[in-house]
This record gives sequence, C-alpha cells and structure tokens, in this order.
Amino acid sequence: MPLIAAACVMFAVFAYSNRSDRLVRVEASTLTSGSYVNEPDPVKAKAAFNDAAKVFLSPRCANCHPGGEAPTQGDTMTPHTMEVKRGPDGRGVGELKCATCHQDINLDGDSMPPGAPDWHMPGADQKMPFQGVTAGQLCRDLKDPLKNGGRKTAKDAVQHVSTDPKVLWAWNPGNGRTTPPLSQAEFLKKMNEWVENGAACPE
Amino acid sequence: MTKLSVNRKQYETSADPSTLLLWVLRDELGLTGTKFGCGIAQCGSCTVHVDGEARRSCVTPVSAVVGKEVTTIEGLSPDSSHPLQKAWIETDAPQCGYCQSGQIMAAAVLLKNKPQPTDADIDQAMTGIICRCGTYNRIRSAIKLAAKNGGK
Amino acid sequence: MTKQTDTDRRSFLKASIAAGGALVFGIGLPMRSKAAERFNLPVEPAVDFKPNAFIKIAKDGRVTVVVGQAEMGQGVLTSLPMIVADELEVEWANVSYESGPADKAFFNPAMGMQGTGGSSSVKGFFNPLRKASAQVREMLIAAAAASWNVSADVCRAENGKVINTVSGKSIVYGELLEAAAKIMPSDKPKLKDPKDFKYIGKPIKRLDSPAKVNGSAVYGIDVRVPGMLYATILRSPVIGGTVKTVDDTAAKAVKGVTHVVPLGYGVGVIADNFVNARKGRTALKVTWDDGPMAAVSSETIMRSFSDAADNKKGLQATKVGDIAAGKAAAAKSIDAVYWAPFLAHATMEPMNFTADVRADGAEVWGGVQAQMLVQGTVAKVAGVPVDKVKVNTTMLGGGFGRRFEMDYVVDATLLSKAAGKPVKVVWTREDDMQNDVYRPGTYNKMSAGIDGAGKPVFWHHRVVNDAIMARAGKAFGFILKDDQLDDSSYEGAHNLPYNFTNYQCDWVRVDTGVPVGFWRSVGSSHTGFSTECFLDELAATAGKDPLAYRLSLLEPGSRFAGVLKLAAEKAGWGTKLPAGSGRGIAVAESFGSYVAHVAEVTVGADGKVKVDRVVCAADCGQIVNPDTVTAQMESSVVYGLTAALYGEITIKDGRVVQKNFTDYKMLRMNEMPKFEMHILPSTEKHGGVGEPGTPPIAPAVVNAIFAATGKRVRSLPVKAADLARKA
Repeated sequence: MPLIAAACVMFAVFAYSNRSDRLVRVEASTLTSGSYVNEPDPVKAKAAFNDAAKVFLSPRCANCHPGGEAPTQGDTMTPHTMEVKRGPDGRGVGELKCATCHQDINLDGDSMPPGAPDWHMPGADQKMPFQGVTAGQLCRDLKDPLKNGGRKTAKDAVQHVSTDPKVLWAWNPGNGRTTPPLSQAEFLKKMNEWVENGAACPE
Repeated sequence: MTKLSVNRKQYETSADPSTLLLWVLRDELGLTGTKFGCGIAQCGSCTVHVDGEARRSCVTPVSAVVGKEVTTIEGLSPDSSHPLQKAWIETDAPQCGYCQSGQIMAAAVLLKNKPQPTDADIDQAMTGIICRCGTYNRIRSAIKLAAKNGGK
Repeated sequence: MTKQTDTDRRSFLKASIAAGGALVFGIGLPMRSKAAERFNLPVEPAVDFKPNAFIKIAKDGRVTVVVGQAEMGQGVLTSLPMIVADELEVEWANVSYESGPADKAFFNPAMGMQGTGGSSSVKGFFNPLRKASAQVREMLIAAAAASWNVSADVCRAENGKVINTVSGKSIVYGELLEAAAKIMPSDKPKLKDPKDFKYIGKPIKRLDSPAKVNGSAVYGIDVRVPGMLYATILRSPVIGGTVKTVDDTAAKAVKGVTHVVPLGYGVGVIADNFVNARKGRTALKVTWDDGPMAAVSSETIMRSFSDAADNKKGLQATKVGDIAAGKAAAAKSIDAVYWAPFLAHATMEPMNFTADVRADGAEVWGGVQAQMLVQGTVAKVAGVPVDKVKVNTTMLGGGFGRRFEMDYVVDATLLSKAAGKPVKVVWTREDDMQNDVYRPGTYNKMSAGIDGAGKPVFWHHRVVNDAIMARAGKAFGFILKDDQLDDSSYEGAHNLPYNFTNYQCDWVRVDTGVPVGFWRSVGSSHTGFSTECFLDELAATAGKDPLAYRLSLLEPGSRFAGVLKLAAEKAGWGTKLPAGSGRGIAVAESFGSYVAHVAEVTVGADGKVKVDRVVCAADCGQIVNPDTVTAQMESSVVYGLTAALYGEITIKDGRVVQKNFTDYKMLRMNEMPKFEMHILPSTEKHGGVGEPGTPPIAPAVVNAIFAATGKRVRSLPVKAADLARKA
C-alpha cells in the first residue's frame, strides 16, 4: 500500500514537473507529501486560508502585488506617484527603479519611502497579484509553481511568507503605516493550519 | 570614518553612516550642484548616480554607497561636454535652473539604457523630476538632441 | 584698483576652486558668470573702467553688465545685457553678467523701487540701460576721436572698437578706457535706430545656461561662508501662533548644536551642519499659544466669504451705468459663484537665507526680489546702519513673488545676531509649504444678463478675498486703510475690455487671517479664471460661439481681439475634435501684455482631464528676446495649469494642511501639453512676459472642459469626480 501511495505521489510530482494539462486536475493534497499531521481537512484548510487571505489582500502586501504594471501605495492603494512601473524584473525602470528611492530600511519621517532589503516587486512574468483576485484564486496561484516563483509545494510558499524581509516588513512598515489585520504570528499560524490540513483552496 | 568615492575622488566623512548622502555631498564636500527640493524623493532634484544607476540622495544613507562610485552633476563631465549638457545649453532648457541638475542626471541614465528614446520613454524616465518653471518641452527636445548627437 | 590686487584675487579664487570646488563668498564678490570659472577662463576681467552702475569694461575688452534685477528663471541676466550690448556696440561673445548690490542706482522705474516683480524688468530698464550704454559709447568715441584729432562725427562704434571712417583706422575699447574715463557723459546721448539692433529682438541664448547645467550656479541655499553655522526654525504649527514654553535640554544635547534661540514666532536651532540642526529641532519640546487662528478652517473661511458676498457692501472698483437698470432690461440672466483657492508658491528652492551680522554692519546672501527692502530690514533687525549692510543676490530657484517677503531674511538676521557668527537658515519643504504667503483664496459672486439679441446688458462681479497690501504693503511703508481699494486683490476684474452696457465690479475685503501675498500674476491669476469662464457661460446663454461672442464685444483693432484671433486661427478654432475632447479659449491683459490661449483637452470617462495642446498668442508690445517670451509664456502656462488641475491650500484648525509634493501635486513631464507660441509683432511700449501667460490658462482649460463634456467647472482645482461619466 505505501508503495502505491508513494507511486501516486511520485506520479503527481512527475506530472507536476512536466507541467502538463493534468496539473490542473492534480489534487492539492498530493503535493504536500507527508507534511500534515492530521488527515487532510478541506473545510479547516479553506477556513484557515480565508483568514490568512485578509493579510495578503491588505495594503501593505497588496501594494507591491498589483494586477497591472504600477505598484500602488497607501491605505487607499492608489497608483504609485511619478508613474513608477514594475518593469520586466520587478525592480522598476530606468531612472525610477525601486532602488532609486527605497532603501534597505524604513526611513523616518512623513512621506519618507519605506524600505526592506532588496525592495522590489514580482517580475512581469510572475506577477502574483493580490489585487482584483478572490481568496480562492489567490490560493490557487500560491500553489502554482508557474505563478509562485517556482515554489514546488505550498509549504515552500509558506516558507517565503515567513522569512522574506519584504514580507516581514508588512508588520514593521514604519511611519505609522497600518499593519495587516492579523499579527505576523497569527498569520503564520493560519498559513501552517492551511498547509497541515491539506492546503485546499476556497472556491 | 566612512570612505566615499565621489566623482572619482576619495573622501572620508565622519558623518554618521545613517546621514543622508545629499547633505554630506552639499554641506561637507561642498558639491552643491545636487539640490534639496523636498527631502522625500518626490521631486528628483537630488538625483545622483551610484554605480551608474539613478539614486535620490535625499533618502540614501551614506552607508548605502560605501564601496560604490557616486557621480554628481559636477562629475558628469569635466568641462560641461556631456552631450546632454551641450543640448541643454543649445535648447535654452534651464530657466531658474534649480531642478536641472536632477533632470540631467536622470536623462543621463535614460540615454544609457535607451540611446534613442521615444516620447513614451522620455515620459517614463523624466516624470519623476519636477520642474516648477515648466521647461519640460525643452528638456524633451534637449534629450532628443543629445540622443541625435551620440547620447551618453 | 591695481593689477597686483587683481592677481591676488584671481589666485585666491583659483586656489579656492582647486580645493574641491567649495564656493567661498566670504571675500564679498558678487555672483558672476560662474561659467567663467568652470571653463578656466580668466576668473574676473580686470575692472578698468566703471562709468556707471551698470557697465564695467576691462582692458581685454570684456564687458560686464551689472544687473540689479533678480534672476529667477525669467532671463534678466540675458535680456538686460542684450540691451547694453546693442547700444554699447560690443560683441556678444565678450559680454558677461554680474549681479548688482542693493543700491538706488538699480531703482526700477516700473516698480518705484529696486525690485524684480510685476514682469517689469525689461519694461523698467529698457530706456535707462539704453541711455547709460549710449553715454558710454559716446565717451569711448570721443576718446578715440581726440586721439586721432578728428571730430566724433566721423567716428563710429562697432563690435567693441571705434572706427575712424575717414582713415579706416580703429581702436579697441580696451585701449580707450583711461581717456574715456576723463570725458563727461552727455545727458542726451544719441540712441541707436531700432532697425540697426543686432541683439534686441533676436532669440539670443541665455548667458546663465552653462552655469545651470554643471552644478556651478550658486543659489541662496548653496551659499557657504567661512565660519558659517546652519540653522532651522521650528515655527508655530498654527498660523500666527507664538512660543509659550521651550524645553531645549534635549536639543542642546544633540551633537553639533550650538545655540537654541527662541524667536517669538518660533524657535531657531543652530548647529554645525543642517542635519544636526534638524536633529536638534526634532528634539525641541515647545508649547504654543495658538492664538485666534486655531478656530479658522477652510469651511469657516468659505462661510465668511459667502456671507460677505451676500451681505457686505464692499468698495466699488468700477461702475459703468447702473446694474439695476441692466437687470430690468435683461431678457435672460445668469448667476454663478466661482471659487479660486489659496495657492502656494512652491518655488523649487525652499526658502533660505544667510546672514553675517557684526557689531558695525552686516553682509547677507540669498535669493531676493527686493534688495533695498532687504537691506533696510536687515539694518533694522540687526541694529546696524543701512549703508553698512551689503546684500548679495544669488540665483533664485524660483521667485514667483515669494522672494519679495522678508520672513526668511529676518530669520537669518536674528539668528546670526544671536550667534555672533554667519548663519544660513534653511527651510524644509514642509516649512516652506506651511509658512507661505498664499495666493488669496477668492470667492466670486457673479451675475450677468443679455438682451434679446444676446448682447450683455449688465455684468456685476463681486470679488471677495483678503487684501494683499494689508500685510505686504507694510514692508514698503504702505498702510492700507479699511475703506481703501487694493487693486492687487481684484485687478483684471475691474477693467474688462468687453462692451457691457452696465458694468460693476465690487471688491469685498474679508480678513481671514491667512497670510496672503503676490503670486505669479497676482490678482489676474484668479480674475482671469472667474471672468473668462463666466463670459463663456454668457456666450452659451446667448447661443453664441465663445470666440465670436468675445470679438463682438471688443473694439475693432483691440489688442485683445488681435491675440484672440491669432490664437484661434493657429489652433484651428471651429474644426472638429474627437468625442471626449474639446477646445476652450480665454484672453487676459496683465502687466501691459495681452495673452490669449486656446486649450485642447480630453476628458476620460473617469473624469481625468488631459490637456493635449495649448496654443498661445501674445502681444507684449516691443520685446527684447523672443525666445525669452516663448519660454516665459510656456512657463506661466505650466504654473497656471498646475494650479488649475491640482493646486489647493486648505486650512484646518488654523493649520495649513498641505505639506509636500505628495499632497500639493505638481504637473510633471508626462502631463505636459504640446505648446505653440505665436508672438504678435508690435511697436507698442514694452509689456511684461514673466506673468501674463498665467491668467488665461485656467479659463481656457475650464472652457475646453465644457466643450468636451457640457459640464461647467466653477471651482478650482478641477476634480475628476465632478467630471466622471456615470455609467
């Protein structure tokens, strides 16, 4: 029995890495090989993700994950001033690259630019939008290595959001900027809960 | 002491490493060509090059440019011979002139990346620098003239 | 002046430049063509002949024109030397500029003082400079004639030399200087025939461009003087508030801070550099007596304006006929309220000033528009004799009327006096935006009516705002009485050229407490908007084309009509534009020049306005430099366009809300319209060019918006929400 299960997993992984149409039909639960403690519980997973999604969709995260070419800014999520654009590699274009103004750290003072190490957005070919998407769509994108920066498992995706300095910045954004609706600890808890329960996606 | 390389000259500053580069350039090194307009990276008057890339010195701590080559307007050419400087003079682009250091430094980066920029390229590159005297159309002409004359 | 001294000064300057380019002003040299230094040209031409305040000629033939006007981008450092170069008959390549001191020799006849404002530099100095230059030319000719023992009548001056037309010999000016210095200038020198002008009327390139493209141009904020300290001032957050208590313990403990100086209106922190001064300022603990302005907000201001518009009589600025009679005769009437907000100057270079106050005198440096006023203010505040105050005018990173004010001058003078050292005060952008003297917010109650044929039978305009001269006049020694008209507050509304049977303009003064001042084109900046937009409404009521309607109300041959027709023709007035786009026209006279704009705009479904094209026709009378005219008209348009689309200063609890360019938006490169300039040749007397392009742009755009959308904008700035097309 374990052999067959293993074979299923390997098949799933194989199918995944071949990036065939069958990808779409592969069940999420088969991707998280052996990482769950309990039996996969889609209801719990979806609920956990719906909670976690509040963070993704909030301004501090969504501002650098727009659907289009321009990052947004502020709690009103209006287009970034000065026609700043994503650019092919997410690092801006020409005279207005992210690094032109954004440093490795937040700068103190009204309207001073925020900062974190290697401040930039996703590149043009893997935009990972958090604006104009439902929690469900976001969830599916997060698990799709074609869209999530090549991360093969949902657990890898969670790794990104727990360690990347730009993500951590959201809870230390400086200058009185609002933080996401869940604390960082709470957010991670929800993300892990999602993974541990099979990483099912809301509709 | 923090070591800086500005316009290919070596300097040492005792300013705190978190001090913003603009003030070290202006008040300590006497390179007043780079200007203070807003202090929040919105106007571009403070634009310099760091390893050839545009940086707004009013929000760049001096620690961020250690080991890198900083170029200010004074260092763009030894004798105002940069095609952009010549084109600026030819088109009478400056009026009060206060923003023009930033404009030229931004345009220099544009021409490096796009030697024959289109209007859309110019818009994208230059919209970051405010000119209160409104010389935008002449700046555009000057960039095109410089591009015609060999650019960077 | 001996040669030795010149050499010493030259080598001092060379040395100081070699030492890393730090500009040292301590030796008291006025600002000169910095290009000379950067290009390794002789640092200063030996001044061997200085026949008057304006002209210096060196033995090597180089001519320095001393310009007492402030250069803020409008090109006086080029246009005034052009006037001298032409009449003096010298080669342009040998001409450079120098900024002049505070001196009554630089009295601007068009302003009644040494001052740069009201678009008056060329207007004011054209004749005085021609006369001064012609005098010197004749002295040089007389000197040459004497040396040849011929009559001056057979000699002529050309390209920096005097030519003996009989013998063909010539002598360069440089060799005539000693002799010329002994000749009495004639009081009525012969002026050149304008048809012989070599420079005047030509698009000569700016003399100050080289310095402005390589970082060598020195602005007030760049000034460095030996021993100088830097300062910044914490000012009352509420307009007009004063310091109550100061705890400076933490501020004084900041490394580099040398002094903390309570000033009443604020607290100054002086330090060894600007960064430390700011750190010290952040560490100050100050409480304030907010004063009465704490109860004032934009809402209360608007209420007091509308109340005054409805109920306060005001003063009559113009009365032709009788409004009541006109109303009775009107077939149709319209009423409207137009609102133009308070606006900031937002010069690119924030306010700053450097003062070195000593026991017996003072020397000051910075960008200023009224040098002798500065001199007097510094003398008074420092307690030193006026004639012991030396004013050095640097380049101005924008003036627009802001640099007429004495507030930053007083800052530096007080702090230098307190420190006993030279002090440079620098304002942050936030300081600058929140402590401006604003373009008055103006409430306009307007009413007009037409007869059956569409002819205006009455036009009644009540202009409601603060009196600029109530505060600003004090610096000039002018006290505005309660029942006295201040035309800087309503100019352009009281002297419309249109044929209104009955015409009345009232000025209703309201003292809001908001500090107001001279903003580019002053009263015309808002009267152009209110009058030219309301006139458009009247044209629409009469069912007439806006251009045709205006022309029908103007005298034939009117200079207003001239520019309207030219702008309309060049813009293709009457031709079709795509849906969503529209054309608007407006005209205004200010400072002696007549300017019409046709604006083409496209309004998106989201209400965002894009100004695609501006066609400008200007009649400025005689002009000196057509390129300057074009540049200034374009500049005025951008200044007015920024205001029309984005500009708004609001007040909340006595505090100015806007702080920086994030909340006081500026027009940028990507929104710059195409601009086409058409100068109407004219032999009329000189108008001005620095400001007159501003008044007509807001109404041209607003009228274009109407043409594009059918919606009237009566309140600036234009708001996309008001123009958005509902689904």
